[in-house]
Amino acid sequence: MGRFAPPLLGLAAAASLGLATWAADQGPALPSLPAHPLGAVTPAGLLAEIIPDGAQNAEQLRRGQALTIAGDCMSCHIRDGGQPFAGGLGLNTPFGVIYSANITPDANTGIGAWTNEQFYRAMHEGVGAHGENLYPAFPYPWFSRASRADDEAIFAYLKTLPAVKYVPPANHLPFPLNIRFMVKGWNLLFFRPHDVQADAGQSAEWNHGAEIVSGLGHCGGCHTPLNFFGAAKSDQALQGGDVDNWVAPNLTANARTGLGAWSVDDISEYLRTGRNARASAGGSMAEVVSYSTSLMSDQDRRAIAVYLKSQTASPDRAPGTPDPGAMRRGGAIYSDACASCHLENGVGQPRFFPPLGHDAMLQQADPTGLEHLILAGGRVGPTATRPSPLIMPSFAWKLTDDEVADVSTFIRNSWGNQAAPVDASKVRTLRRRLGLQATHYTANSGDQG
Amino acid sequence: MTVTLKPVDAVLVGFGWTGAIMGQQLCDEGLSVVALERGPWRDTAADFATGFAQDELRYMWRHHLFQNVSYDTLTIRNNTSQQALPMRHLGSFLLGTGVGSGGVHWNGQIWRFLPSDFLTKSHNQQRYGRNAVTDYDLTVQDWGVTYDELEPHYDTFDKLCGTSGKAGNLRGQIQPGGNPFEGPRSNEYPTPAMAQTYAPTLFGQAAASLGRHPFPHPTGNLSQPYVNPLGAQLGECTYCGFCEKFGCGNYSKASPQTTVLPYLMAKPNFTLKTECEVLKVELTADRKRATGVTYVDSAGQEYFQPAEMVILSAYILQNVRLLLLSGIGEPYDPSTGKGQVGRNYAYQTMSSVNVFFDDKILNPFIGAGALATVIDDFNGDNFDHSGLGFIGGAYVAGMVTGGRPIEMIYTPQGTPAWGLEWKHAAARNYLRSFSISVHGSCMSHRGNYLDLDPTYRDTFGRPMLRMTFDFTDNEHKMSDYLTDRAAEVAKAMNPREIKLNRRTGSWSVVPYQTTHNTGGAIMGDNPGNSVVNKYLQVWGVPNVFSMGAGAFPQNAGYNPTGTVAALTYHAAAAIKSQYLKAPGALVQA
Repeated sequence: MGRFAPPLLGLAAAASLGLATWAADQGPALPSLPAHPLGAVTPAGLLAEIIPDGAQNAEQLRRGQALTIAGDCMSCHIRDGGQPFAGGLGLNTPFGVIYSANITPDANTGIGAWTNEQFYRAMHEGVGAHGENLYPAFPYPWFSRASRADDEAIFAYLKTLPAVKYVPPANHLPFPLNIRFMVKGWNLLFFRPHDVQADAGQSAEWNHGAEIVSGLGHCGGCHTPLNFFGAAKSDQALQGGDVDNWVAPNLTANARTGLGAWSVDDISEYLRTGRNARASAGGSMAEVVSYSTSLMSDQDRRAIAVYLKSQTASPDRAPGTPDPGAMRRGGAIYSDACASCHLENGVGQPRFFPPLGHDAMLQQADPTGLEHLILAGGRVGPTATRPSPLIMPSFAWKLTDDEVADVSTFIRNSWGNQAAPVDASKVRTLRRRLGLQATHYTANSGDQG
Repeated sequence: MTVTLKPVDAVLVGFGWTGAIMGQQLCDEGLSVVALERGPWRDTAADFATGFAQDELRYMWRHHLFQNVSYDTLTIRNNTSQQALPMRHLGSFLLGTGVGSGGVHWNGQIWRFLPSDFLTKSHNQQRYGRNAVTDYDLTVQDWGVTYDELEPHYDTFDKLCGTSGKAGNLRGQIQPGGNPFEGPRSNEYPTPAMAQTYAPTLFGQAAASLGRHPFPHPTGNLSQPYVNPLGAQLGECTYCGFCEKFGCGNYSKASPQTTVLPYLMAKPNFTLKTECEVLKVELTADRKRATGVTYVDSAGQEYFQPAEMVILSAYILQNVRLLLLSGIGEPYDPSTGKGQVGRNYAYQTMSSVNVFFDDKILNPFIGAGALATVIDDFNGDNFDHSGLGFIGGAYVAGMVTGGRPIEMIYTPQGTPAWGLEWKHAAARNYLRSFSISVHGSCMSHRGNYLDLDPTYRDTFGRPMLRMTFDFTDNEHKMSDYLTDRAAEVAKAMNPREIKLNRRTGSWSVVPYQTTHNTGGAIMGDNPGNSVVNKYLQVWGVPNVFSMGAGAFPQNAGYNPTGTVAALTYHAAAAIKSQYLKAPGALVQA
């Protein structure tokens, strides 16, 4: 079964009617428009395509589509410039680079020849079609909480998408991690597959939120800190983690670093549009919004918000006091480099250039996210309702490590923020890891001769 | 070896404002659309982010965003007795290139023309007699479209941009604080007028003391954050003073990038190809229909892109040249007055008055592209021209677009152009001076036109465009009269001194004036007086549409972009409501 035909306008029919009268006095008619089919579809457009009533098992396919969106499968299973779900994205884990698989219905390179049982085992047990262990970069510890019916719906939906012939590159993992068998030991230690049990003491909405957040949505995959072996620390669920040199912030009720000050509406708006009056979705979260939460139903987003708001606040650690010299230097850099968008008093332009005061992201214990944003710049995830890909430019070419540290310390301790000072040596390490040591010019840096 | 590509419903030649608007309109109708842009992809973060956007040397003087005239230029002369020579350095006008084109590095001055501007010939003839429109060999004519027909489309463009301003005429009711001379607007501006800084405020007070009607300049530099109907977001202008000739790093200037592209680029039925130069529109053997366009990519590979519709959405000089190169329509011959393509090329008649104070610090570096207080009392036919010997007019603006350190240092009359004395004068006057701009109309004239140069060719071996243009007595008289009106306001501000920069003598391509070239593919009510009909559809080749200011039969005393955009929406509406149902001539010849 091919991709669903997008709803074409009835212009061809209208055109032929019009032509009958027109042709009489004007000689040969021009072809009717539109005469040519539409081009390639965007990843978000593909996910948003409406499954027509007439389709076989339409109900199951719609469920599969919604679950594929909730699981944010697209973010990992598409590479830069690649086709939707064809995989090949390199995930930078602390252990090495793991490439996502092709999950299009191509029989040889994708999952076209898989059975329902094979797909269920991958989702539920982390085992591939040939019985090999999958690396837990594929979040089966969360996916295992989906039901068999849900997995079958996802599989049925994926099989309706365009097949792409593509083999992702081999993983770059050091010995002995390159032996998949090692994962069995990891599973033994850290993997507890189980179905979600509803909490009868909570509302249906809360339970639905729990099902998404701790199930297919795999929020903890990034937002829960990992132990030495890369397994989620279950006693610190959603207290903030790190992913690919970004920080996934604390999602508990902590008022300083978590969602304590956010309302259910704040969270829902953020998930729908990628921005709200407090923050914008950047880093990896930009893609989560573009390919997952912005495409969910309002009920799903609200359920997530209700569930997240119920999380007990993580313990707060007293931040260190910044050195007044760093604050003074950082303030001067802020005026020069940041104030034109975020304004001199840090109030920003809400939903556009994020305000910086009382900001949870900026006050995370780990300042890597802020340093990353200043060095490399960032992009707010475009969504259907807010398509502008607002971009913060990179400052790696302009600010030294000391300056990045000073301005970060200043921002982390101004307008109601309080967080530990930033160390320039950490900025240096991150700059090296991001490959931003040398001055980077844009394609247009040179002047015309 | 030309490669033939898969046919599409519409091909857009050039991707600035008109290409972006038309692309959005046609894609929303479900058409497959390919846009071909000769320049590079451009976006805010990579090409003009804050941190390096405000670089006068790179962008203004080294022409970073403009057309590189060592690859492509045109030839210039004042009249047919001269030998036209290639323009080897940008001067009088700054041609755009790349995605967004001039829409990236414009000032954001969003005007509507006056209702009477669309009736230049009939209105002036009726009020001042036949000679008023034929003296000096003027060839002015009516547009074939009225203000009332364009009003909804002006409104759409305002909503796209989030234009900041104050209405002066709301559905016929004159509004305090706005321009009382403007045509009736169906809606107030989407965002309030910008806050006026000191110099425009002084200008407004002085103008009011003379009985004029000052109002804030309508602007695409936004006074507050705005979300447009396509969902695209614009920020609040920071008055950085780097607008015209620069891209906006703050997303606060309306441009194709900030208003349309976030929406359009995500459309599956839209494709943009950059660094692809269209060589020619291809026609059927009977020349009654275009079959598509031939273009060449940056590697030199030639392609034929078949298309059901060809939309010429490049700058006017490129659109007219493509019409001529493709053999569409009859080239204009000034000796006989026959032929339409290239006829009625016009421009803008600019002058200014510098004002110098001793006792007032104006901080001119706090500026924006359209930060100004304006009077429109002497524009178009807002005043009685009896006995003045000209038609047309200008808006007069106390404007502070910025205080850029190389371009915008004003020194009093008699100051040397360099050396110690200049330095002292610059230091003394930088913070205490500003410029009043006189933005004059330019009527069309029998001797002003565009054609193909018989001698000079471009890198592809195609003849260059040749521009034959000079200001006529009508323009000089208008400009002198208006410069005097500006000087009256300047004097009423009680400055230490003023300096009048009149527009004298022949037009020169060297000093920068404005990038408001118009005409050459003009619109009208029949094929005997125009290249395109009121829907910008080429007479006789109904599947070719020519956008832009090339359609202006003569130029009014306003910046053209608002009218260019309104004409584009007007054309798009006709394509959507009529042409797609019955592809053929929308107006019977």
